[in-house]
Order: sequence, then C-alpha cells, then structure tokens
Amino acid sequence: MARAISKRRTVIVTILAWTIGLLIFFPILWTVITSFKTEAEAIADPPSLFWFNWTLENYNVVNARSNYPLHFMNSVIISLGSTLIGLAIAVPAAWSMAFVPSKQTKNILMWMLSTKMLPSVGVLIPIYLISRNLGLLDSRIALVVILTLINLPIIVWMLYTYFKEIPIDILEAARMDGASLKSEILYILTPMALPGIASTMLLNIILAWNEAFWTLNLTAAKAAPLTAFIASYSSPEGLFYAKLSAASTMAIAPILIMGWFSQKQLVRGLTFGAVK
Amino acid sequence: MGQISLNQVTKSFGDVQVIPPLDLDINEGEFVVFVGPSGCGKSTLLRLIAGLEDTTSGVIKIDDTDATALPPAKRGLAMVFQSYALYPHMSVRKNIAFPLRMAGMDQAAQDAKINAAATALNLTDYLDRRPGQLSGGQRQRVAIGRAIVREPSAFLFDEPLSNLDAALRVGMRLEISELHKKLETTMIYVTHDQVEAMTMADKIVVLQAGVIEQVGSPLELYHKPRNKFVAGFIGSPKMNLIEGAEAEKHGAATIGIRPEHMTVSKSEGTWKGVVGVAEHLGSDTFIHVHETGLMDTMTLRITGDIEARHGDTIFLSPEMDKLHRFDAQGLRLV
Repeated sequence: MARAISKRRTVIVTILAWTIGLLIFFPILWTVITSFKTEAEAIADPPSLFWFNWTLENYNVVNARSNYPLHFMNSVIISLGSTLIGLAIAVPAAWSMAFVPSKQTKNILMWMLSTKMLPSVGVLIPIYLISRNLGLLDSRIALVVILTLINLPIIVWMLYTYFKEIPIDILEAARMDGASLKSEILYILTPMALPGIASTMLLNIILAWNEAFWTLNLTAAKAAPLTAFIASYSSPEGLFYAKLSAASTMAIAPILIMGWFSQKQLVRGLTFGAVK
Repeated sequence: MGQISLNQVTKSFGDVQVIPPLDLDINEGEFVVFVGPSGCGKSTLLRLIAGLEDTTSGVIKIDDTDATALPPAKRGLAMVFQSYALYPHMSVRKNIAFPLRMAGMDQAAQDAKINAAATALNLTDYLDRRPGQLSGGQRQRVAIGRAIVREPSAFLFDEPLSNLDAALRVGMRLEISELHKKLETTMIYVTHDQVEAMTMADKIVVLQAGVIEQVGSPLELYHKPRNKFVAGFIGSPKMNLIEGAEAEKHGAATIGIRPEHMTVSKSEGTWKGVVGVAEHLGSDTFIHVHETGLMDTMTLRITGDIEARHGDTIFLSPEMDKLHRFDAQGLRLV
C-alpha cells in the first residue's frame, strides 16, 4: 500500500516538475522559434509553433545592422572582469569573516546584503553623474567597477558560506607549518574551497552577463554589451519581433551554453554544505 | 633547544578568565603531559604555547626568547592535531613537504627529509595517496611525519589519539614514546586519558579550571597526590575517598585508599561491606562494595581471580602505610 502511494506520488511530482520546467523554459523556446520566422509570421494570429517557413533572414539582417562581435566582447570583458576583481576582493573578506569573526561580522554581512534591497534606480543619478564627471560614460571600466560592487555582497556571502565548512584546524596546521597569511589562502583555503569558488564565479558571470539596468543606462555604442544590443531592437517606431528574437537568441546563446556545460558544478556549488 | 617557560600567563575569553595567572617550566627534552577533565583549559594552554591563541597577559619564553607576540610560524614548534588536520587536496608526500616548502627548502633536501620521515613512520608505500585514502592510524602518522620534518624545538600534541580505536591507540602511544626516546626533543602532550598520561610522561601537569593542581612525575602523582582532586584523578580505578568519623580516627578530614591497596577476607577485616558488582578481567578483579557505611560504593582491586558473588558479605583491610590523609581544604597532610 505504502509502495503504491509513493509511486503515485512520484508520478505526480514528476509531472509537476516537468510542467514547471516547461513553463519556465517556454519563453526562451518561443524566442528562439520566433527568430526563425518572418516579421509577418512573428505577429500572426493564431501563432504557428513549428509550421512556418523557417528562415535565417533575421540573423542576416541583425548581423548586417549591428556589430555583434563588439557587443559580445564587451559582455565577456565586463562579466569576466567584474567577476575576477570581485573574487580577488571577496576571498580575503570572506576569509576574515569566516575564520576571525568579530562581534560585528553578522551585522556587516546583513548590511552588505541589505544593499541588494535598494532599487538600482535609487542611485542612478549619483552614479551617472560620477561616471560622467570622471569621463567614464560608455566605458567598460565604469561597468566593470559598478558590476563588481553590485555583485560583491553575493560573492562574499557565498564564499563565506563555503569557507565556514572548512575545518579551522587545517588552517591552523598550515600556520604551524610556517605558512604566511598569503600562503594559507593561496595553497590551503583556495584549493579546498575550489568547488564553491567555481560555482560562485559561474553564478556571478551569469548575473553580470544578464545585468541590464546599468549596462543600458551607462553605455551608448562603444561599451555596450549584449543586453544593450538586444534593447536596440525593441524600437518604439515599429514591431520587429523576429529581429528582436534573433538578437536575443544570439545574446543568450553563449551564457546558455556555458550554463549547460557547468550545470553540474553550479548545482553542486549552490547546494554545497546543505547536506552533510 | 626546546625549553619553554610560562610566566604569569593568563587567558580570558570576553569576561571569562579560563586561565588564571599560571607559571610553568618545561625543560629541554622532557615529555610533558597536560591532563585534566574536559574544559579544564589544557588545550587552551597548549594553543597559547603554539601561538594559535593570544595570551591576555604574561610572558611565554621559548629557548629564552620572548615568544609571547610571535606568530605560530615563527615559534619553531610543530603541532599534531586531534583531527589530524591533513591537507585533503594534497598527497601524503606534499602534506609532509608543506612545512619544508614554506621554509623555502630546495627540492633535493626536501626529498631526502620526506623519505627519511616516511621510512621511520612506515609510510613509504602511501606517499602518493591522498589523506582520504588512508586509515585513521596512517593519517595520524602522516600528521606526525609533517611535524618531524620541520625539526622543531618542541612538539605539541593535542589529544592525538582520541579519534583512534582502542587497539590502535595503544600502538600509537608506544610509537610516540619511542619517537621521543629517539629524537630527544621536548614534547607537550594534551590528553584527558590519565592512562596515556601515566604511561608516556616524564612530567605530568594536572589541571583543573585552568589552575595547575600538581606538577610531577607519574609515580610522584600516584604516591603523593598534593590534594584530593589529583588523588581522585590519577589512578584507575579511582581512589576511594572517605570522609566523616572514619577519617577523623586518622586525624584527617578525608582519607584516601587506592582500590589496589586493600586486602579482602570473608571472615575478618577493618571494614565490612556487601559485594555489588564484580568485574573479572582475568588478571585482576574489580569489586564494587556497598553498605560499608563509609561511602556509597567502594572499589577494590585484587590481583587474579576471586570468588565473589553479588550479595556476599566481605571484609576489607587497608594497607595502613598506603593511606592518604587530606585536611578540610583537601590538601595532603604529611
């Protein structure tokens, strides 16, 4: 009896999981399909799912109209740059919070997280003015700095959680063995926390890659990453759904592929320490 | 090399003082054991010497140099942890090599030292394995190997055997003692197991609530415990401590008699009692005696086997020259 119930439950849960998964995935699938339609088919009512004239026309137009490689490189530089700088700052910060906590450590962590609760638009004007006065509007440097700062709380929090899992005895053994603070972090802590660091890095790259508020507001042409490239196709003067879809597909493809190949690492990292 | 002295050392965590002012001298080449019940401050004391905890006040000298403010790496000491604390991502070879690498030693010299240590500790076949692939005993040997190669002025052991099973513990105990004889380096060893303390130490430091109750050789502590706490803590089974009228007969507030210092008879003796449980170990028999009118349960240890059934009436007679007397403050009366 118990077995029958558990089997029925498994079936229900599986159906539910697939339904939710497909619901979440559907907009992406729809975007990809639309990118192969003509503009007329893209707005046809009722829409057609597969039975239309598949065309690469939109991709050709997008490639001719925009400089995709430039936007792609901007995205790579901004997301990788902000992630690497963020990690270089966050590793020592998380080390001190995990292994030499003070009475204020918890408060500092909460305060850092609270900055994520502030709507970005709240600081748009000061940051815009600072960037303008420093001559950094439409520059990759400004975006790298801003995205580093925006994602830093999340990186520190994640690393802090991973570091807390490492027995302090091992770090103390390294200290007894003559390791300086730098050696301790470089040779002992980092290799031991590597799965956690890797998943933090992946998540941060994805966050930075998809960040649209600052990349849209602080760039024009030179430093515009793929988010701005997509936005350039949602023009107020007309409906270009098919071209917009083609641009979106081109923008999300690299990060989707990266996420697909590293999903094992991502899931492992995100659930690290949850189950002992 | 290896002389350590603590002068008026204290340690507080917040408002709680775990080590009140403490003085201790450890001589070159000595095997010193810190022993005491859980939470007595013995591990904290070891960590203060190691430099893993900062002293609140006082001075720690290592080889006549003030080491109070030195970081652990600069103290020239090596430590073996209860959890082994091996680097899980490194092979055994790299684990042992780590302190040498940190000291900037060249590869050839490193290899020579690693091989010598591996041979001495029977680790030659495991050098390329990771700690996760080793048994508890092997891991502990790697931890010892990592300590040896540094050629420290003193070794610090923090309950190194408590994660091992009973049989392995006895073996490792002997290995560490033999290592001490061979290296003649100062060793400080923390344990809550008084058998380890008695069998290994040149000098035992008995601690309670951060206070040194007595410092002395194992036999000194056994024969002449300075107070009731040491008397009760050293020796297994524990010393019988008797208070009241019986103690007053001997001019003391408390008298103590070890279980092995009493004779038993079925017909006559000083104290009468009823057998509770008899534990037969073959070589010895421990008899727990009730209804003596002296204390709840008296323990008696007799060499060999003896016929003693639950409920039998027996008579106990202490060896008078082995009777310990303590005053109202619990201090030994001479």
